[in-house]
Amino acid sequence: MAASAIELEGLGRRFGERHALRDVSLSLPPGATLVVLGSNGAGKSTLLRILAGLLRPHAGRVRVLGRELPDEGWAVRGRVGLLGHEPLLYRELSARENLRFHARLHGVGPARVEEVLEAVGLGRRAQDRVAELSRGMVQRVAVARSVLHDPAVLLLDEPLANLDPAAAALVDPLIGRASGRTRVLTSHDPAAGLAEADLALGLRAGRAALVAPAAEVAPERVGALYA
Amino acid sequence: MRHAVGALLRKDLALELRTRESIPAMALFSLTTFVIFHFGLDRRSVEGDLASGVLWVTLLFAAILGVNRLFVAEAEQGGFDGFLLAPVDRTALFVAKALALLAFLLCVEVVAVPAFAVLLLGPAPGPALPGLVAVLLLADVGICVIGTLVAAIAIRTRARDLIVPLLALPLLVPVVLAAAQATAPLFAQGGAEALPLRWIATLALYDGIFGAIAFAVFDFLLED
Repeated sequence: MAASAIELEGLGRRFGERHALRDVSLSLPPGATLVVLGSNGAGKSTLLRILAGLLRPHAGRVRVLGRELPDEGWAVRGRVGLLGHEPLLYRELSARENLRFHARLHGVGPARVEEVLEAVGLGRRAQDRVAELSRGMVQRVAVARSVLHDPAVLLLDEPLANLDPAAAALVDPLIGRASGRTRVLTSHDPAAGLAEADLALGLRAGRAALVAPAAEVAPERVGALYA
Repeated sequence: MRHAVGALLRKDLALELRTRESIPAMALFSLTTFVIFHFGLDRRSVEGDLASGVLWVTLLFAAILGVNRLFVAEAEQGGFDGFLLAPVDRTALFVAKALALLAFLLCVEVVAVPAFAVLLLGPAPGPALPGLVAVLLLADVGICVIGTLVAAIAIRTRARDLIVPLLALPLLVPVVLAAAQATAPLFAQGGAEALPLRWIATLALYDGIFGAIAFAVFDFLLED
């Protein structure tokens, strides 16, 4: 087991001339939760996509589970789960068909598909096409997809978006702190995000304006990120 | 890789069965084009070079419709990300998409070739059938290899519908040329003649070379 589940050193990423991330460094131990705070366009989703191996860093180093990205991305794929803004589900396939498709890609058996469908409370709607499900239900299927392969690292971009309190409680054992996974989550509700986290990263225009233990982050420092 | 190809292919076929977006459009396009040729050429029937040219130009343009839609679900519904997160060889996506396109083309040809025989072809199609099937398969493989490669490039651009024909058609000129040359003797007025092996070999060589190139470079097309 690596000393850190996630290690960033001077991470940078550009889109054209615009710097989405600049000189971000931190270290997150296995099983810990990092909350990434910041206003829209601060670089939160970009960070998550880099950690998932979907974007290449343009500067600095990224290590996930002891492997350097992107060069050793092959070793990390399948050990990371991503729950982003897009559910990554085919609208014309049913919830079950979508999960079985992802299960085959990850080498996971069909029993696990039924297990996660039951866990997100969609056992009875599993045969419905994703296009026919409500947004909250689609998010629950996306949660099921993200943990289908029992990833060691979970990347959660606004994971509770579209979920009512009951649904949020339902998915908590899968993606919450109790899941025991290393988690990186973004939240537009700083108080809730900090309560979930061990470490906080505040991004402002792509720069790390705040890296501190979540319990020690004062409200005014968070407020400055959104100013 | 076999499991990943199987999963991707199964998903693509399920999506096509459910949405019926590609095959019906390709088949309808072929039938309409034959009708247009029928009246445009002002001939009751065609044979030889002309018949062969009409058939292959029509099938090529019908294939372009399928190529245009090949990666749409991946681009619009997050399929690329879902695939890239999985611990599978990225080339599996190329193989699965090429096989899906091949399946679409074969379905279209099951409708289009008999329609061509009824609407336009002068000589009886029966004797030409075994040779025609061989040429169709070889040419289809070439079209699918290039089509999949071009579709993967085009899907990341804003002008996808323009890029696909602009890139694919020049690359597929050798396929159409060889396929038309190979098919022409099969449609000879006096009855089907022997397949010209030179053009069959050309098609096989094209499939092999471009298949290897596509296999080698596809991985890079998925890179950020």
